[in-house]
Amino acid sequence: MSTVDENELKEFREQAEAWFGENTPREVDFMLPLTFMEVGTDEQFNFLRDWQNKVYEAGYLGAHWPKEYGGGGLDRAFQDAATKVMSAARTPIMLNAIGLNWTGPLLLDRGTHEEKQKYIKDILSAESIWCQGFSEPDHGSDLGNAQTRAVRDGDEYVINGSKIWTTQGNYADYMILLARTNPDAETKYKGLSFFLAPMKAPGVETVPIRKLTGEYGFTQTFFTDARIPASSLMGQEGEGWIIAMETLEYERGARSGQAGGHVMMLTNPADIIDLAKSAQVNGRPAIEDPALREELVKLMAEARALGLNSRRDKIQPLTQDYPMSLALGSKLSSTDFYQRLNAFAISLQGTRGAYYVDDPSAHDNGIWQRGYLNSFSATIGGGTSQIQRNIIGEHVLGLPKG
Amino acid sequence: MSTFINPAQAPAIGLSEEQAQLIDIAAGFCRDKSPVDAVRALLEEDTGFNPDIWHEIAELGWLGIGIPETYGGMGLGLGEIVPIVEQMGRHLLTTPYVGTVLAAQAVLRGGTEAQKNDILPKLASGTAATLALCEDHGDWNLSNITCKGSVAGDRVELSGTKYLVSDVHEAAYVIATVAVDGQANLVIIPADALPQNAIRREKIIDETRRAFAIVLDGISLPADALMDARAAADTLAHIELAASLLAAAEMCGGTYSVVDYTLDYLKTRKQFGKLIGGYQSLKHTMVDAHMGYERARAHLYSAAFLVGQQGEGEIAVRMAKAEAEEAFAFAADRAIQFHGGYGFTYDCDAQLYRRRAIWNAALYGDARYHRRKLADLMF
Repeated sequence: MSTVDENELKEFREQAEAWFGENTPREVDFMLPLTFMEVGTDEQFNFLRDWQNKVYEAGYLGAHWPKEYGGGGLDRAFQDAATKVMSAARTPIMLNAIGLNWTGPLLLDRGTHEEKQKYIKDILSAESIWCQGFSEPDHGSDLGNAQTRAVRDGDEYVINGSKIWTTQGNYADYMILLARTNPDAETKYKGLSFFLAPMKAPGVETVPIRKLTGEYGFTQTFFTDARIPASSLMGQEGEGWIIAMETLEYERGARSGQAGGHVMMLTNPADIIDLAKSAQVNGRPAIEDPALREELVKLMAEARALGLNSRRDKIQPLTQDYPMSLALGSKLSSTDFYQRLNAFAISLQGTRGAYYVDDPSAHDNGIWQRGYLNSFSATIGGGTSQIQRNIIGEHVLGLPKG
Repeated sequence: MSTFINPAQAPAIGLSEEQAQLIDIAAGFCRDKSPVDAVRALLEEDTGFNPDIWHEIAELGWLGIGIPETYGGMGLGLGEIVPIVEQMGRHLLTTPYVGTVLAAQAVLRGGTEAQKNDILPKLASGTAATLALCEDHGDWNLSNITCKGSVAGDRVELSGTKYLVSDVHEAAYVIATVAVDGQANLVIIPADALPQNAIRREKIIDETRRAFAIVLDGISLPADALMDARAAADTLAHIELAASLLAAAEMCGGTYSVVDYTLDYLKTRKQFGKLIGGYQSLKHTMVDAHMGYERARAHLYSAAFLVGQQGEGEIAVRMAKAEAEEAFAFAADRAIQFHGGYGFTYDCDAQLYRRRAIWNAALYGDARYHRRKLADLMF
């Protein structure tokens, strides 16, 4: 465990604050994506790509990744400090989320030296954009049953099938692809393999899918006799499921950790109080309605509990009865809360809840309405809230599988 | 990792070493002393508690935790009492403990020097006491008092009726709120000044407790039985928060146990050839009950940490009470339901917890009451 010089860290943080203070772009004349899943236009994509590159070149992304592969070679504390500065300054997000938070940590943990040399720097500089190929039209929650087929042919693999909900699929250079190499394996999991697949390979086609918000941001990817180099395989055939499961752990800050920077703008629940003060319901400020006040208190208490629990998770005597509970429950609780917060925000607007983004009569330019619709990406994606309850019920409460 | 929500703005939560030790000690003590068959046996008992356990609690020094050392206590605070009450709540261990602790807080905050010197050391060493606050109007604004204390010379004459007073027969002191010349105050009634026929045992929903109505009419006391009038408003504000905090602790404890009790059943009961805990409607609802518990616990220990603080303390405590009430009511309600036919019987322990949850909501202001106050504090 390396010891960090507190003065050095302080200086680094101050420099970061100054740099972001000066360099954060303030005025843009298009809708700035709040998350990496909302990048739907070329304008948004190019803007964010340039921004990430700038942040990386300034030394504030991957600061704790090995220098040998393009990182800064510093202690993780430095990157964490930079990330905090970015988040607090509400800078535009880091575009290359899959690369920074999934592929990169995976390669650093178990990639070969050649793989790290080939991919890491371009992940950080946003030269190579990554997407994720896990879910399929017929296999979403049941990922272990993925059927996209990869057949070895000489020094290539031939891929056939389809992946869906591929965020940034139309922009990506590479996909972390979970595909079936052995349909006759002793379990469905053991038949899967993990590939670092080039998206510009022949036979790969992406088709945009329009989201319920009206915007774009993800695609369906079709593989028709697509050919990728055999060297795209990570680890061995049959290790795909284990590797895929590892990528899920990085979100919880496990092992070498993610590159840093924020990939989504976080909502301050307290902003809803401002809305309640400025919005009118039936001609009166929403904040004066007793029923709405009670609902608002409940939501604020819930927001508070989210923050308190992330702190309580570090106080062992207070979690010893159910040690995994807060970590395993955090996605469910925060995404469910976010959804209801936005739904309530719409109701606070009274009649103006009927407006949508870009109408001058919309409160906060319709951000709550859009936020509510977009919230389903979090309650459905990354393991639905229903699957989360299965996981918590089984792994925290010890209930039997269904 | 939090998705979408900025967690950075949470207020404080922390745990002192003493609190951490008390969690473990109280857990062991309550588990040993209060298995559920002991709880059930006490339901039929007149006093509703085991005097040997009460003496052991006194021996442990737990009654002196919130009392300063100069008065024979340990000089810690409500924060350290929270884990004890939480564990008592887990095991339905009932004694005059909370009533005595609250009475001590009242005397400490609003008593005259003579009262503090006389009474606090006794309470620290195992003498029971209780608060008589509740009136017919059921208003938990503690300064809304219709009972009266009329001062004439060096005597004070009481009138009015108090309800839902805990453990009157054990209490050496009953501390009642009375209005003296229209101003809120508290009076310390020694046990021997209470006419026996003024006390009526009430039939309450929580059978683990004993509650009484007291008719104060005709009780005459030396005027120095009144507490310090200038400190009354502050004392009542403190009592309201102290009582709410300890109620939240008890409710969190109860929520943990009723969830645990139900999980045990779901892991052993089979229907249609499968353990019923595998059925999603039960599994998912138990997850929701558990997560309600985790939220309530976060608020509880934040409130325990902040209770001394002006402003922030009140917000934290009121939230803790409201959230604990909701979590407990939901978990206990579903516990009855999920035990099937057995859940409908007197023998199923779920009903013990559900009755408790109703009692805890009825006293010291329910969730709606606290949330109304919170809205005024926060917006």
